Amino acid sequence: MDAINYDTELRRAGAHSTHGWRKFTFLAQRHMLGTIGLVIMVMFVLAAMLADVICRVSPLTVDSAHALSAPNAQHWMGTDSFGRDVWSRIIHGARISLAVGIGSTALGSSIGVTIGLASGYLSGWVDLVCQRIVDILQALPLLVLALVMAAALGPSLPNTIIAIAIPLIPTVARVIRANTLALRELAFVEAAKSIGMSEMRIALRHVLPNTLAPLIVLATAQLGAAILTEASLSFLGLGIPEPYPSWGRMLSESAAEYVRTAPWLVIFPGVAISLAVFGTNLLGDALRDILDPRQRG
Amino acid sequence: MFAYIVRRLVLMLVTLFGISVIIFVLLRIVPGNIVDILFAAAGYVDPADKANLERELGLDQSIVMQYLHWIGGLLRGDLGYSYVSEKPALDEILPRIPITARLAGLALLFSASIGIPLGVISAVNQGTRLDYILRIVSLSGLSLPSFWLGLLILMASVALFGTMPIFNPNPQSFGEACAIYCVPALAVGFRSAALVMRITRSSMLEILRQDYIRTARAKGASERAVNYHHALKNAILPVITVIGIEAAFLVGGLIVTETVFNIPGVARFLVEAIRWRDYPIVQNLVMLIALVVVVANFTVDMLYAAFDPRIRYTD
Repeated sequence: MDAINYDTELRRAGAHSTHGWRKFTFLAQRHMLGTIGLVIMVMFVLAAMLADVICRVSPLTVDSAHALSAPNAQHWMGTDSFGRDVWSRIIHGARISLAVGIGSTALGSSIGVTIGLASGYLSGWVDLVCQRIVDILQALPLLVLALVMAAALGPSLPNTIIAIAIPLIPTVARVIRANTLALRELAFVEAAKSIGMSEMRIALRHVLPNTLAPLIVLATAQLGAAILTEASLSFLGLGIPEPYPSWGRMLSESAAEYVRTAPWLVIFPGVAISLAVFGTNLLGDALRDILDPRQRG
Repeated sequence: MFAYIVRRLVLMLVTLFGISVIIFVLLRIVPGNIVDILFAAAGYVDPADKANLERELGLDQSIVMQYLHWIGGLLRGDLGYSYVSEKPALDEILPRIPITARLAGLALLFSASIGIPLGVISAVNQGTRLDYILRIVSLSGLSLPSFWLGLLILMASVALFGTMPIFNPNPQSFGEACAIYCVPALAVGFRSAALVMRITRSSMLEILRQDYIRTARAKGASERAVNYHHALKNAILPVITVIGIEAAFLVGGLIVTETVFNIPGVARFLVEAIRWRDYPIVQNLVMLIALVVVVANFTVDMLYAAFDPRIRYTD
């Protein structure tokens, strides 16, 4: 396994310039689906950041006189059983969804990277212990482990982030370990050793940066999984508590009973979840093709 | 090979032991046990009654004693009693397993029978408009939450037939049985089908680039024979892995889908038991799920060796 020089690869692919914006537009043209994914993600980030500007009505304002009204000029995605504006709740829901998605992915990845790096670089008993932990965490499906964790920690935003982060650890640890094992044998690590660098410094300064590409690809995929899991947890009533506007929670309030009477309560939150996850999936695929060409499919 | 299998079995036991400890501890750090919940509902609480009930359920013992009691029972086939129904946990869990197993089996059947052919079509037509459309369909399959898909199906059923499918443990006709199981299975299986399709496609593309495929073409084999006879045979291996792993991980989709369709299977039972702090049910169900995952992984590895003679497990 050799380290990949992305700029050389880009020139070989026909890029005129490998600097800044030019490089980006070149890649964007060649990865249309990825660009669409990026646009979707940017939209969600903007919605989350500007939620208070975009919506005139607060997502928490209860207006029982207008409960369950169908989409109209004033509430153009209708209102829920408390008369809260669905559009405002969906836009504000982007905050929850992104906070949980990014928070748990970041937390899960940093723990996973630490375990994977220690496991692959130090080997020996550290590796043995780390691998058993990874095995144990991997023996339960994502949602099952997250459910039990969420129930144990109690419903709140930080707890939901932790509950989803833990099951994300094993995959990251595995990928980083495999990469570290391969990198450890390369000449530059040997060179670093021969000039007397400490093991810790080699692991952090030389091995870690070279595992970044697969990590970014994996983290994007996990972002989608985390958003889906948050929606499922909240749907089951074990995720984000009231009154936060979580997309999954909105579906659980409206589940089954409103399927007949208020379809807008079912359709819009689901579209929001699917679109956000679709965006991360598109972006993740493009990033994999760009950063990790060996896995291209 | 024998030594490898023994080693794997030992590691499986270590994993299951680890899971049992983690689940047990996790459930006991939850603030508030079943006794608190029951008494909170009753209003006035006599502390003596509460202590009695806690003693009866064994909740006054140390956590280590409680754990040993559970594992000891588990090894003898005694899963304890449900706190909520006060019936043996085994009697509560066993009748629910066939329902979930049927759903999972059907979902896997759908995912293989839809995912593999579409994946092959997509790979053979790489870069065409058809490939593009199929890839987008498969990506959206991975993006739709299965509970939302379930709700959409319910909505469509209300709009078309004016009614929703209601679970009936004793379906009167074959048609009814199909409706009860196939519809939710489709909601769960859609995601797996998308995953299987993706893996089939990338695995086929990988194989189609190989020399022996060029040789097959050069000797004049038809496109059909090359794709299905030569390529698919080798491309199917990673697909088997994914289906095997997915078989265990379907549980996540089943949990939400059984909730949406009101199906009394084990997956929905887990959520109910978690809500009720019904520890004996939760910990045994989690162990059951872990067992299924571990056995599925092991089976996949063994199948791999059986299908591909190049793979030899030595250790």
